[in-house]
Amino acid sequence: MNPSDAVTAVFREEYGRAVSVVLRTTQDLGLAEEAVQEAFAVAAERWTSEGLPEHPGAWIITAARRRAVDRFRREAARGGKEAEAALLRQSDSEAPDAFGDDRLKLLFVCCHPALAAQARIALALKVLGGLTTTQIASAFLVSEATMAQRISRAKSKIRDSRIPYRVPSSGELPERLAAVLAVVYLIYNEGYSADLGTQADRAGLCMEAVRLARIISKLLPDEPESDGLLALMLLSESRHRARSGPGGSLVPLAEQDRSKWDEALISEGLALVQRCLRRGQLGPYQLQAAIQAVHSVAPSAAATDWRRIVRLYDALATLTPGPVVELNRAVALAEVEGPAAALSVVDGLGLTGYHAFHAVRGDLLRRLGRRDEATEEYAEAVLVAPSPGERAFLQSRLGDLRSPRSEHGNERS
Amino acid sequence: MTQYLIAMYQPDGVVPPPEVLGPIMEKLEAFNADLRAADALVFSNGLTDAASATVIRHNGHDVMVTDGPYAEGKEHLGGFEIVEAPDLDGALTWARRLAETTGLPIEVRAFAEAPGAAGQA
Repeated sequence: MNPSDAVTAVFREEYGRAVSVVLRTTQDLGLAEEAVQEAFAVAAERWTSEGLPEHPGAWIITAARRRAVDRFRREAARGGKEAEAALLRQSDSEAPDAFGDDRLKLLFVCCHPALAAQARIALALKVLGGLTTTQIASAFLVSEATMAQRISRAKSKIRDSRIPYRVPSSGELPERLAAVLAVVYLIYNEGYSADLGTQADRAGLCMEAVRLARIISKLLPDEPESDGLLALMLLSESRHRARSGPGGSLVPLAEQDRSKWDEALISEGLALVQRCLRRGQLGPYQLQAAIQAVHSVAPSAAATDWRRIVRLYDALATLTPGPVVELNRAVALAEVEGPAAALSVVDGLGLTGYHAFHAVRGDLLRRLGRRDEATEEYAEAVLVAPSPGERAFLQSRLGDLRSPRSEHGNERS
Repeated sequence: MTQYLIAMYQPDGVVPPPEVLGPIMEKLEAFNADLRAADALVFSNGLTDAASATVIRHNGHDVMVTDGPYAEGKEHLGGFEIVEAPDLDGALTWARRLAETTGLPIEVRAFAEAPGAAGQA
């Protein structure tokens, strides 16, 4: 790694932690970010010539905090009341963070329900993930100016309406944690759907989501849903290499080369699934992770315990009823009771316009030998497919149908 | 401490019948009593109907008085509470209860200056 890459790596790794710790001094997100960025600017120069210090993260935090304190001293000297108060707080904030939960507090701030949903995602990536506004804008396909405005508006709201920096009390925690996990999963899904495309910034979102989930799972070990979400993403990530075929086309689960699955991620994911399920407080992420776990241990699509998957979807549908869950359940049901039974479920779902609905329906019709209808469904699915990879995959299915004789399975990878 | 405006928005010209309004007013009384007991209430009152509003505008040289309300729409500010809370979550706890009590949409906004700062009693 050359020196400037090393600085970049430290930046990504330490930025969020540094901001969250310096925030104790500044109590203002904008000031904390400024101080940390200034510290990194100095570090970039110094480390490039002198090499990295032993603890680069600690170096950044110390330097950033010193900058914040200097700034308050200058302002206090000019009679700034808030700066004086900040300096008085200073003695407390020097205390080591016994619970290591600064980043978690910051995450709860970024995911506060009072902030616009899109702003929550952007803010979490910016202040905790250390992504630049340019990277985030590119990942969400909006202009940099739009993204910059979205982020700065959210920061102003945090400051002006006094959104508190704290982990919510146990009474509020389940609801607030659900909002945090939803943001992390949205970040993952943004990256996942782009994974097969070409944009590096979007693919990096998956890694970022996993990193945030690891922080949550480590800092809130008593919340099985955070383990469930982490497991769900790890198991999905384990198929990363197998999911993308020639030209970036999606390879469905049934056709993936399972030797390309990442064993280390699978075993970590499976261990988490077992750990959280043992607690007996089922939740939607845990159930989705458990479903992925059944796939992960299956030697092939045919040798998958589909009955178990159907039962897990039944449980999921009880907790979070909805047509998308029913659609996924129908895919498993087709393996247990056959495509006709699954089709009658799918037909009642009313998900017209949702690409997976058309893809699943097309596949079931194809397996029932209703070729013309299947062709129509796949054509519809191609039109509404959200990513180039999925479009390419659906196109190839369509091509197979239009040319004589083909046999394929189909399921979401 | 920060002061927050907790504003209620109500549909114009819709007055619930007494058997509906009565229990709501009772709950509102209890709500305000709890606010006072928590030393969190700064001010609270309901407004007369938005149709009774008068709008004053300065157009450069003249001051014009016209019939209101100022904002168009079918819902207007119906009343508000000003509360003191340590942070937004504290204010939201009160606002949540007000939404449950009245069934109305509630808007929460922080005042710019801290209590006791310039321009305040």
